[in-house]
Amino acid sequence: MSTSENKMWTARLRNAWQRNLPVDKLLPDDQPAYVASWIYVFGVATIAALGVIIASGIVLAFQGPAWYHTSDIGKFTNSMHFWSVQMFFAFMVIHLWGKFWMAAWRGNRVRTWMTGAVTFVVSIATAFTGYLIQTNFDSQWISFEAKDGFNSVGVGAWFTVTNLGQMLLLHVAFLPLILGVITFIHVLMVRRRGVVPPIDALPFDMEVRK
Amino acid sequence: MSTGRHTKEEFDAAPWHGKTRKYDIVKEGVIAVVVVSVLAVALSLLLGSPDDTPLTFKGWATSNSDNFYATAVSELAGTSGTATYGAPYNKAADGLNVGPLWLQKWAGASRPIDSVNDFVIAPLSTQVLSTDIASALATWKAATAKDQSTWATNYDSAIAKVEGKLSDVPAGNYGPVPALAQGLTDMAKAGGLDAALLSQGGFFQTDNTKQILFFGDGSYLDDAGTAANLQGGTWGMMNETGRYPGQAWLWLYSFWYQIPPFNNEESKPIGANADAYIMFLMGGLSLGLILIPLIPGIKTLPMRIPIHRGIWRQYYEENGIKRRKH
Repeated sequence: MSTSENKMWTARLRNAWQRNLPVDKLLPDDQPAYVASWIYVFGVATIAALGVIIASGIVLAFQGPAWYHTSDIGKFTNSMHFWSVQMFFAFMVIHLWGKFWMAAWRGNRVRTWMTGAVTFVVSIATAFTGYLIQTNFDSQWISFEAKDGFNSVGVGAWFTVTNLGQMLLLHVAFLPLILGVITFIHVLMVRRRGVVPPIDALPFDMEVRK
Repeated sequence: MSTGRHTKEEFDAAPWHGKTRKYDIVKEGVIAVVVVSVLAVALSLLLGSPDDTPLTFKGWATSNSDNFYATAVSELAGTSGTATYGAPYNKAADGLNVGPLWLQKWAGASRPIDSVNDFVIAPLSTQVLSTDIASALATWKAATAKDQSTWATNYDSAIAKVEGKLSDVPAGNYGPVPALAQGLTDMAKAGGLDAALLSQGGFFQTDNTKQILFFGDGSYLDDAGTAANLQGGTWGMMNETGRYPGQAWLWLYSFWYQIPPFNNEESKPIGANADAYIMFLMGGLSLGLILIPLIPGIKTLPMRIPIHRGIWRQYYEENGIKRRKH
């Protein structure tokens, strides 16, 4: 590699990517033998549910928020969105608990845990704004009740849960973008560091570079 | 293997050189998408989803016109929940605090709502009114603030004294207030108030704050919430209408409202400021969740409680690894 290439930002980024996340790490076809429990399924199940949420959400976004109150196909699409959100949280909570009991932050994986936990918190905010834009009685009730919490700490001055337009835009644009980016980073971190070894794993199973 | 923490961290971070197994993550992902999609389709077809019709002012004024009427009077008198709320709607109260932090007050009245004009006078002014209501509206607009306040407060107090039973309200110095409240009730019954409150004289509008707050000032929304088992004392927003699962992930947030001192408004300082304390508490706990790997005592729990022995049972059995003390 030439000296001038070494100074190029593009080359540096490419080299750093290849060093940290070569394609066989990104898409491996084998895993350590200890990856043999149903608990490992829930991470990918969470992402799968997120995929169904996004797909059904895109259809809802194209048709507008009033569509699913009257049309059968609209009601069905809304139900798909509703149930995939329920599954998403169920899978994510199981995934989180699983990773907690594995102490999955060991071995330079603290940031992987943190991005996962942030994803959980952002998901709650995203789902909450979704409940606010249902444009039914439940969203009327939730917005009236929830305003007091946000107002009590001053957040309500900017984050107005009774403002349908603001909640709609946050739910379909800003929050999914944040959620998607953090989830992507989280998955890249998982692939980069690999699956955390068992607690008390045998030392000769791991190669320590001094 | 050193028992030193640093070295152990190095081992956990090192590439795996033990036994491996074939694992097709792309195939796993595709199967997961198919299974989740099938489940979502099945649940949607079998159970549908909750969608209770939203409440309307027309429904309120028709089903409980006395309560609507009395609420309209309380808006004119400045005694309603909205009129006395404080920030971000007005400066009528200081709002909640946590110790020296008056964040609600400090954030200011950034979403100003004038319950007299926004809820009653402006909507009425958009209508073609009968002669007596139009005359009452003109009288109100021409009156001094002191007269307006005297009329509305007198009438509001009189209604409160007879506990909302309008037919028992004695005659008094109420000025045009009874006519204005009647005009607004008639307007709501005809369906005009729903549109007038949303548009507020404009064409494009997407902010429902005024309607939601006006709803909350009466008993209509509250009664509907109680009937749907959605009140804060019964786990509130975590629930969903009908028999559907709600936002179960908010269980911890709702939990605090079920226990003292948070569920006792008389208890100072926490119960009286429960909303603010719970927001701080949940903010702290959320931060705690993110920082678990750094919190002594919590980060070592998984080593001390051997749930991991079940997760990696096969590996431990194959290698004859006994549980170690951490």
